[in-house]
Amino acid sequence: MSAVPPLPRWADLVLLPALNLLAAFFVCGLIVLAIGENPITALGVMIKGAFVYPGSLGYTLYYTTNFIFTGLAVAVAFHAMMFNIGGEGQAYVGGLGAGLISLSLAGVMPALIVLPLAVLGAALFGAAWGIMPGYLQAKRGSHIVITTIMFNFIAASLMVWLLAGPLIEPGQMSPQTPKFEPAGQLPSFQAMMAAVGIKTANSPLNLSFLIALAALFGFWVLIWRTRLGYEIRTVGQNPEAARYAGINVPRVIIITLAISGALAGLMATNEILGVQHRVVLNFTAGYGFTGIAVALMGRNHPIGIFLASLLFGALYQGGAELDFEFQSITREMVLLIQGMIILFSGALAYMFNPPVARLLARYAAKREAAHV
Amino acid sequence: MAGAAEPLGSASKPPHAIELRAISKAFGLVEANKNIDLVVEPGTIHGIIGENGAGKSTLMNILYGLHRADSGEMIISGAPVQIHSSADAIACGIGMVHQHFMLVPNFTVLENVMLGSEGGTLLAEGRKETRGTLQKLADEYGMTVDADALAGDLPVGLQQRVEILKALKGGAKILILDEPTGVLTPQEAASLFKILETLKQDGVTILLITHKLEEIMAATDSVSIMRRGEMVGHRSTAETNPEELAELMVGRKVLLRVDKGTSQPGDVDLSVAGLTCTSSEGVQLLSDMSFEVRAGEILGVAGIAGNGQSELLEALCGMRPPTAGTIKILGQTITADGHSDPQIMRQVGLAHIPEDRHKYGLVLGFEARENAILGYHYSKHTGAGRLIDSKAVTAHCQGLMNAHDVRPDNPHLAAKNFSGGNQQKLVIARELDAAPGVLIVGQPTRGVDIGAIEFIHKELIVLRDAGAAILLVSVELEEVLSLSDRIMVMNDGQQVGIIDRSGANEQTLGLMMAGIAPDNAA
Repeated sequence: MSAVPPLPRWADLVLLPALNLLAAFFVCGLIVLAIGENPITALGVMIKGAFVYPGSLGYTLYYTTNFIFTGLAVAVAFHAMMFNIGGEGQAYVGGLGAGLISLSLAGVMPALIVLPLAVLGAALFGAAWGIMPGYLQAKRGSHIVITTIMFNFIAASLMVWLLAGPLIEPGQMSPQTPKFEPAGQLPSFQAMMAAVGIKTANSPLNLSFLIALAALFGFWVLIWRTRLGYEIRTVGQNPEAARYAGINVPRVIIITLAISGALAGLMATNEILGVQHRVVLNFTAGYGFTGIAVALMGRNHPIGIFLASLLFGALYQGGAELDFEFQSITREMVLLIQGMIILFSGALAYMFNPPVARLLARYAAKREAAHV
Repeated sequence: MAGAAEPLGSASKPPHAIELRAISKAFGLVEANKNIDLVVEPGTIHGIIGENGAGKSTLMNILYGLHRADSGEMIISGAPVQIHSSADAIACGIGMVHQHFMLVPNFTVLENVMLGSEGGTLLAEGRKETRGTLQKLADEYGMTVDADALAGDLPVGLQQRVEILKALKGGAKILILDEPTGVLTPQEAASLFKILETLKQDGVTILLITHKLEEIMAATDSVSIMRRGEMVGHRSTAETNPEELAELMVGRKVLLRVDKGTSQPGDVDLSVAGLTCTSSEGVQLLSDMSFEVRAGEILGVAGIAGNGQSELLEALCGMRPPTAGTIKILGQTITADGHSDPQIMRQVGLAHIPEDRHKYGLVLGFEARENAILGYHYSKHTGAGRLIDSKAVTAHCQGLMNAHDVRPDNPHLAAKNFSGGNQQKLVIARELDAAPGVLIVGQPTRGVDIGAIEFIHKELIVLRDAGAAILLVSVELEEVLSLSDRIMVMNDGQQVGIIDRSGANEQTLGLMMAGIAPDNAA
């Protein structure tokens, strides 16, 4: 096997992800063709469904918000070479934190106090759920992948017990909390726009989208502009050099997992504080896991994560439209398309690296030869 | 696979057990083995000695089929052979005990020994046979091991015994032991050598790879010496001495010219008393080291690589907590029970140029400017604010690069894209810039081109003359001789002695490196 020449930066950041996406869409197109539909028409429906129809952009951005949070959660841990699979559980428990604050305070305090506290609660509960596996990894050597997965199950069981027991809405059968008072609900985008006199279509998009954008910026500052971020990256890239530098490696791992858990927990601000307005069963719906693909595709950089989140948001929303418009394309078909994208951009992210790198190297050599 | 068996030796004399002719092997640009010739007589213990990285393990891995030689011939027991895998080697009667054991810790001794020769789908048959073989070997060589104990539960000495049994069970007539005593206590090592002697009596040929002179002298019949990928000599053990071997291993080289005046030693800035380090397995790494380094002098530490120099560096810079003793740096005392932390050492005024720039000194994926603040990311170089001042970091790195001639002088280039010499200059620039009172230096010019070597040596002298106390560890004898004001020699984790540079030459140091203390040692 010959050595693969290094890939130019632009190709690594733009060309490869584009090729991966293209390959995923190509395979999906074949499948759509196989069940007797026109893939081009289907793609058109998806794009319209995600961006064009009234309210569709709001829906797309609402999904995007979830992916930004869970993608950032995975990415921050990645920078310390920690594989946090527990975003799902951390987000779930984050919902509990947000819910408890809104439930207990929304009736007695104004929104300006309750909402910041509820957002903080989501982050703190998520962080707590991340700290435990972080501690076990750093101090006891329990592998983070195993423990975070197990903590997902613990979170799920805990939440079922709480929602079906102590927190259940009195007199109701479904396992969910009572609805929050208005002071515990994040304002929707529609309401905010209406307040300044702009009429927009109805969508679940809410203030948490702005929190997500702030988190993207905060992530960039943390990783590339703070001493903690420097320590996180050093631990991730060369733990021995970190030890040499006097960085407390276990401490950095625990803090990183706390931040990761907090970011995952913030996902609940969108779902719980922004949309459901109550804590419901399984509101995390796999966003925590998809966050891994988002982080991989976004190369652990805020800009990449935003673009990948937007793509997945569009897929979720456009996919729902497909399901709606085509008799033969079902919800499962949409899941399959999402699965393909995750497969090609996540699991097989570097599949096209060797051939593309060789091709570019040959092209560069030829051009050089022509110049001489 | 054994080729056509054509005995080469004369009828009266048995053929050589091993004959290697002109073996060469390169990894990329690194020539690990250059034109190696080796002859080993059957029924002898043959030592191969050389420093770490001299190419001993590569040669043995070629013999055992783990690497393929680029060129050269191998003749085993008189028959030319091609060995392409360890299975071929075993078929030729070669067994190997690796430096790091290849045992399955959760398997019993029996299961480990039968691994690779289970014999059929059901294990019962192979189990019975192996148990019988184990018993026979135990009776013959006194190598008793509980066949049903879990390999992971055994002490290292016994684990190694299992490895030897495994090799013998495979029918090995030639046994390669790669650094067998590195992990053993002295008692375990003694018992190992007793076993090797018995095996030899029984006609087994043993190749003993080591960098420890005393083992060669104690256990072998003949010895081959390697240096930097080349075979530099063959000796009969009875006709050589540790001094000669040490010289051959380290090599005589022309002294580099270093312009330096006489030192003006000042106060004692680094003082070490009774420093002892024991590994978690209970192996004594450093024992009872006591020495002083004064301001304005360089104390060179010489010794054959692997005799505790690395551990000394680690202990002094706070990366390895000492088990006993004290370290006093610029008036501040760090005791064994105290918190060992490189950050604290830096704060008291110690800087450390690590032995291995890739492992410790640099984060290769980081930009040069990010590496320029490694260990100093809380210093003023990152700006005064809560956030890292990116411009300040770049400017700081640019300054270092200009002052210390790091090329290319681009702070944004990733560390991995610099040449070895410039990587090292970057590390040295960072550490010298801290204006340390005490500087700990390990192998400052390893893998560095001649121009950079001169520059680095000059920088160390300038720092000395500015009044720093410098402790310099190097396996390059010439480097120690040309830079040091006093020289301490280490052997087996202990200091053999400290002598003045004026009284030191390669002969005295060679003797001391072999563990023989001179009369005039301080």
